[in-house]
Amino acid sequence: MPRSDRLLLLLFLPAGIVFAAFFLVPLGQLFVIGGTGAQGWSAYGAILTNRNYLNSLITTTVLSAAVTAITLAISGVAGVFLTRNRFWWRAALVAMLTFPLAFPGVVIGFMVIMLGGRQGVVGDLAQWLTGERLVFAYSITGLLVGYVYFSIPRTILTVMAAAEKLDPRVEEAARSLGAGPLRVVRDVITPGLKPALLSAGAICFATAMGAFGTAFTLATRINVLPVTIYGVFTEQANIAVAAALSFVLGVLTWLVLALARTAAGSTVAAAG
Amino acid sequence: MQRRGAAFWCLLGFTLCVCAFLIVPVGMSMLAGVTVNYQSGIESGFTLRWVMQVWDGYRDTIFRSIGIALACLVCTLVLGVPAAYALARAQSGFARAIEELLVMPVAIPGLATAMALIVTYNTLGHFRTSWTFILVGHVLFTLPFMVRSVLAVMGAIDLKTLEEGAASLGAGFMQRFFTVVLPNCRSGILAGALMVVTLSMGEFNMTWLLHTPLTKTLPVGLADAYASLRLEVGSAYTLVFFVMIVPLLIGIQLAARPLELGTKESRR
Repeated sequence: MPRSDRLLLLLFLPAGIVFAAFFLVPLGQLFVIGGTGAQGWSAYGAILTNRNYLNSLITTTVLSAAVTAITLAISGVAGVFLTRNRFWWRAALVAMLTFPLAFPGVVIGFMVIMLGGRQGVVGDLAQWLTGERLVFAYSITGLLVGYVYFSIPRTILTVMAAAEKLDPRVEEAARSLGAGPLRVVRDVITPGLKPALLSAGAICFATAMGAFGTAFTLATRINVLPVTIYGVFTEQANIAVAAALSFVLGVLTWLVLALARTAAGSTVAAAG
Repeated sequence: MQRRGAAFWCLLGFTLCVCAFLIVPVGMSMLAGVTVNYQSGIESGFTLRWVMQVWDGYRDTIFRSIGIALACLVCTLVLGVPAAYALARAQSGFARAIEELLVMPVAIPGLATAMALIVTYNTLGHFRTSWTFILVGHVLFTLPFMVRSVLAVMGAIDLKTLEEGAASLGAGFMQRFFTVVLPNCRSGILAGALMVVTLSMGEFNMTWLLHTPLTKTLPVGLADAYASLRLEVGSAYTLVFFVMIVPLLIGIQLAARPLELGTKESRR
């Protein structure tokens, strides 16, 4: 090994040791413990064979897919609009849209309570308009709203970066050939944004699958997978099954991100 | 000049609605934290009573979170900056694979990472019950942000030429690292540092499983307050959190600006 390589290895070593001791080894341990409970290795199948876990998996997947679709639509429209139009307070809008990026999930849950809780502003508005209070924070709608809330800041910059690179001349050409605005969006803008939408969508989906804090604060009866796992761990104290389930969840989210990454550039999710 | 037709105003309206969706609840909760009775509105008057109640009951969580965030920053600097340098200089497929691996704690849910740490280190009683157990989780989660942020800058500047220049003038490795490499990467280090502190202060998913009653952090205290105390107290606590985190978030946005101009790869 050349001297310079040895030096690089030495520089990487501290991070490598910490990472191995506190991440790789524990992850391996998690995998082993998942297979050594009362059910043995079949604990890994439990996510498909146990009705509760399967329901939880389906709910979480459907919810995450819906969140991804809604977020991409919102971020796509707002992102393209903000790259195509210049006005002096545009930067302020971009700052606002990316601002909640680092809010923890619990705080986002509380934001949903401020919007749609028993004393929420949407409830006030609905009462004023229709005479009936609208409380949605503690239902699946509340979860959806919360997840979209933390997904928008995570996607908008990616969409804007991609929209910046789109060539407006192609759109003009399409328009001059007689394409209507919808046709331009469908056949020119959306395909151009596809790689960005894919990677942003993957981040969105993976974050939603693993999100815990928001659901925890809203204390909904809808059992998303992380809440189910938490319940198995604390209430049933079934550590083997909890370990198996969280390992499967980890592999799932990681796979989604890895697949999207091979499809479109590099991406990282941040836990919500 | 652009024509500003109906489509422009429609889309502007839509974008403003999205902004309102994100910002209004923040403002409302800040307001609720200093309102005497939120149910009856701001006519009931303003008070610092709830903030004081939070200060009395949860002061320790605030200081613990600041302490963990700073310790986390030191760890990610000491571990992350040399690691980023090694990865930038190695530039092999192997280095790319290592980088991918390092990012995993961000890609997989915090719940899974925390569970893995617990099943492995449960038997080490002192470690399990101390704040350093939380610190370990935070370092895992934030390290990729430091490494990537520094790597992005190192990829944009011509590190090799700079170092060769310094070496030809007789600078040894240590001298090069501290007087050439680090100063040239300071924008990346700063951006990474702000991100690390912000994320550590707000981390909940892992910390909720890693904490003990004696090592509650701010977000753990928040979850407690939301579940058991009146809305005004939860809001006041959130207000305290915002006051701590908003300057950091503004700093991140300011630090990201020159980085965006300088590098194409800087986006996470």
